[in-house]
Amino acid sequence: MVTVTSPAPVEIERTESAEEVFAVPEPDVPWVTLVHNDPVNLMSYVTYVFQSYFGYSKDKATKLMLDVHHKGRAVVSSGSREEMERDVQAMHGYGLWATLQQDRK
Amino acid sequence: MPGHFEPLPGGGAAVALDDVEISIIRSLAVQLLELVGPGPGADTPADPLAELFAEGPSEPPADPVLRRLFPDAYSDPEQTPGSPAEAAERQAHSAEFRRYTENDLRAGKRENALAVVRTLDALAPVDAGGAVLKLTPEESRQWLGSLNDLRLAIGARLEIGDEDDTELLYRLPDDDPRKPMVMAYLWLGGLQETLVTTLMP
Repeated sequence: MVTVTSPAPVEIERTESAEEVFAVPEPDVPWVTLVHNDPVNLMSYVTYVFQSYFGYSKDKATKLMLDVHHKGRAVVSSGSREEMERDVQAMHGYGLWATLQQDRK
Repeated sequence: MPGHFEPLPGGGAAVALDDVEISIIRSLAVQLLELVGPGPGADTPADPLAELFAEGPSEPPADPVLRRLFPDAYSDPEQTPGSPAEAAERQAHSAEFRRYTENDLRAGKRENALAVVRTLDALAPVDAGGAVLKLTPEESRQWLGSLNDLRLAIGARLEIGDEDDTELLYRLPDDDPRKPMVMAYLWLGGLQETLVTTLMP
């Protein structure tokens, strides 16, 4: 799994995902949202989605987009199962191919 | 510049379109509307509560375009289930997710496509056979989503499965029956690329 340690975004409202960067992972919230590579979605569009939905900085959004592109997938958020279902639904709304699963490391 | 969105001062975006381009985008958006289908409460329009609580489908759509627009939420394409029980569990979770989300997702895609049709129909011709489309920031976001849905739909129809398929499409001979659809796909890509640039935070 990809561990992103870049600073939390501050330019947009503090989302749950921003706070989770500092939160100690709890054993009962081991769920992640994965975004998978596909040959149709534009790199600029995927970066835009990560910035506007998650509130990630341009650098972090670009890094995640490149992970999706080169590694085939990237973990874009983590949290409770309900939160990840919300994120996956949002990604599907944007047309990104996303799934959720328990983060078995 | 034709085929390219440019930012408007104060927000929003504009693009010059000729009559043929307007007609192609409108026709594709209408096809997308037909494919995505009517509202969840279409059978019970008199009761808003029934619409609110209407459940979506639990099975993935048969159409490959719809399967791409509404993928299974619990099926990791790179990790095959370790056991039949795990496969069944993923399928059950995906089905439940679909029941509670697909109607909303369809409604969102419909609203975006309707915004495309509405803004095109409101265009006033400025000169011989063309017009300048001006979008508010909100309309820009709706167009962005719908252009993406249209490209996903065409990509699924053209069976673009990986980057190699895209390369092959670039080199299709002129008499290939897929050529017009490929041209539309690439052109919509240019529109989307320039539109997303105007919206970058």
